[in-house]
Amino acid sequence: MSLLAIRDLSVTIGGRPVLDRVSLDLAPGEILALTGESGSGKSMTALATMGLLPQGARTEGAIRLDGTDLTTLPEAALCQFRGQAMGMVFQEPMTALNPVQRIGDQVAEVLTLRGAPRAEARRRAADTLARMGLDPERVPPSRFPHELSGGQRQRVGIAMAVAARPRLLVADEPTTALDVTTQARILDLLVGVVRDEGMGLLLITHDLAVVHGRADRIAVMQTGRIVEEGPVARVFAERRHAYTRALFAASRHRPALGPARTYGPLLDVAQVTRDYPLPRPHPFAKARKARALEDVSLTIRAGERVGLVGPSGCGKSTLTRAILGLERPDAGSVTLGGRPVRADRRDPDLRRRMQAVFQDPYGSFDPRQPVARLVAEPLHLLGRVPDAPDRVARALTAVGLAPEDGARSIHAFSGGQRQRIAIARALVTGPDLVVFDEAVSALDVRVRAGILDLIAGLSREEGLAYLFITHDLTVARGLCDRIVVMEAGRIVEDRATEDLFAAPAHPATERLIAAAPTLPAQHPSEEERP
Amino acid sequence: MLSYALRRLVSLALSLAVASLVVFLVVEVAPGDPARYMLGTGAQEDTVAALRAELGLDRPRVERYLAWVGGLLTGDLGTSYTYRTPVAQMVADRLWVSLPLALFALALSTLLAFPAGLYAAARRGRAGDVAVMGATQLGIAVPNFWFAMLLVLLFAINLGWFGAGGFPGWSDPLAAIKALTLPAVALALPQAAILARVLRSALIDVLGEDFIRTARAKGLTRFQALWRHGVRNALIPVLTIVGLQFSFLLAGAIIIEQVFFLPGLGRLIFQAISARDLIVVESVVMLLVFAVILVTFLTDLAYAWVDPRLRRRR
Repeated sequence: MSLLAIRDLSVTIGGRPVLDRVSLDLAPGEILALTGESGSGKSMTALATMGLLPQGARTEGAIRLDGTDLTTLPEAALCQFRGQAMGMVFQEPMTALNPVQRIGDQVAEVLTLRGAPRAEARRRAADTLARMGLDPERVPPSRFPHELSGGQRQRVGIAMAVAARPRLLVADEPTTALDVTTQARILDLLVGVVRDEGMGLLLITHDLAVVHGRADRIAVMQTGRIVEEGPVARVFAERRHAYTRALFAASRHRPALGPARTYGPLLDVAQVTRDYPLPRPHPFAKARKARALEDVSLTIRAGERVGLVGPSGCGKSTLTRAILGLERPDAGSVTLGGRPVRADRRDPDLRRRMQAVFQDPYGSFDPRQPVARLVAEPLHLLGRVPDAPDRVARALTAVGLAPEDGARSIHAFSGGQRQRIAIARALVTGPDLVVFDEAVSALDVRVRAGILDLIAGLSREEGLAYLFITHDLTVARGLCDRIVVMEAGRIVEDRATEDLFAAPAHPATERLIAAAPTLPAQHPSEEERP
Repeated sequence: MLSYALRRLVSLALSLAVASLVVFLVVEVAPGDPARYMLGTGAQEDTVAALRAELGLDRPRVERYLAWVGGLLTGDLGTSYTYRTPVAQMVADRLWVSLPLALFALALSTLLAFPAGLYAAARRGRAGDVAVMGATQLGIAVPNFWFAMLLVLLFAINLGWFGAGGFPGWSDPLAAIKALTLPAVALALPQAAILARVLRSALIDVLGEDFIRTARAKGLTRFQALWRHGVRNALIPVLTIVGLQFSFLLAGAIIIEQVFFLPGLGRLIFQAISARDLIVVESVVMLLVFAVILVTFLTDLAYAWVDPRLRRRR
């Protein structure tokens, strides 16, 4: 008998259908991957299973856990199931933990809630945390979430979900917010726990490569429906549904970059060092420092496409901030076209020549202004611009939107479209260099493929030079002539992309290549298809 | 945590030093001669000179400042000109009314506001929420002296449960508390209304956070999640308001003191200003400044107790 049986589950929220007759089975000890892009209904399926749909949701059909239909249970009875019979791991480890409670207490709460005595709950919570790879010496249960890294927090999240040894574990994009190295470790942990304890795992992810080699079966969702389902090997080989094929194509998509036409040096980062003060243990202690950047040097030529890759905390963000002149280095210099980039001086012309696109397409816009105003924002750097509306229209066209879109508000656009608008905003001043800071990390595969094509096209047609910052080597590979690898505040490798992949010279590079999730080699029959 | 408290303590001492200087200078640069103000325009030159000597106004400023600060530190606040009694004694007498009244009102307001705010947040958008929010709207709109008069009318005149005003002193603590009850309620109602609204909106913000969803996935009921994970995270804005309210209640109760004939600090400062009794004004203002700074210090400590992320800030 299956552990979880979802039958003809339909959900509407405020009259809008989000799930349409979804049926799924999950056996004990099995890992079922649920995949699809944003808005396909993956997360809604997970929340419906947990009985945590937003208010105003109406559910039809059945969700049976060990034979009990959860949809007919009253809220009080559902609370008994949550945590006890089914646990859930969420996407955002930075916000999923209570910031004012110790991690040990947060895990222990799952047990005290079921009547376990406090001391015993604490002990079992400490055991669970240790089992999740949090060394009690270095990360004791008395820590608060803000004292942990993203990966460590996600381990706490998993510990909470599995502390009461539930039979079903639901993990909603558990590694999407983590860098590739951490992602690989967390996935291995999840799979290990599930296999050891014989739990069923419903693993929700938009990343097909994550599924490969880990899940037993896969279900592909599109617009609230399951369009293909079966053992991973079979679905990967057959790809019966057009949508599955499209997802695959997007996952392995390589933009057509074309040869680079490079000219003289444009950006020069010379021996930059940056320290951050550490908190003092007491007011009279000697000030301590953490070195975020150590003697970093880097040159980008006009028209060149450079990737900057490294795990979280390697100094990428600090270097980005130094390059953009948002932060002053303690030593060394940054120059653009021979002019010093300085955090403490206003230099509109320099700003005009260097623009940036950031990760979060939702947080980086003022929601009260129409798109045309948002895109026109950097134009004040040029002084009086009589042809501002034309420039905005050209920038919007260049990123694949219509000039008329300028009149609409930012709410009307999806994540991918917003990222296009962010690129338009960067392009409007006609910059020589654009810094893309994790600009596609928050996007799902098909949208990401579109943005990568757009960036490649801008390079081909406009000769745009860019610095593409990412934690994912695979993405940088398709988009950059040269890749700079950072680790622990230093540049450990700076070489042409293909050389780097052919023979990585530094262990850090090898680790990044090994951690990047990969899809299986192309199925032979697919090559022949038109 | 200890280091954080020490740093806050250093900043408290510095604020006090600066404040004492400002208070002294303001009284100092106020136009005219305090002695002449106190005696009126028709006073004899030698009477004015005698008063100046008595007040120490003939000494250099630095010396007078140091003497004043020294007095503040040792509890010698000088002698009131109008009452001819030691200021320290007067202030202490008044403080014995104002401080209990402020604490009483603050306790009442917190006790009223927490259940109301929690209830409204838990039933957001439903009838209960609308009713509570309507009541708090009223509580903010209606001035506290009007509440005070209604309370007197109902509980003192019609029902006769409480006296209509006056303060019998602390020799009979029960009678003293009884005398402070109606004023405390009148003071607390508008404060409770504000606090309940702040708590409600802070809680509603917190309820949208991911960790509340995590708590629900752990098996907590909606209310358990709100109570165990929501409240503490919503406390920062609430503490800020409570801190401000205490400072206000200590000296701002003047109208309520007037309505209930209570010999509190508010009335003392009002009388001292009217009588140009600058020694009293100076001392009471300094005392209030001290109270506000102390409350700020305590609020800072409470922040750090509530939110571990604040403990390590510089």
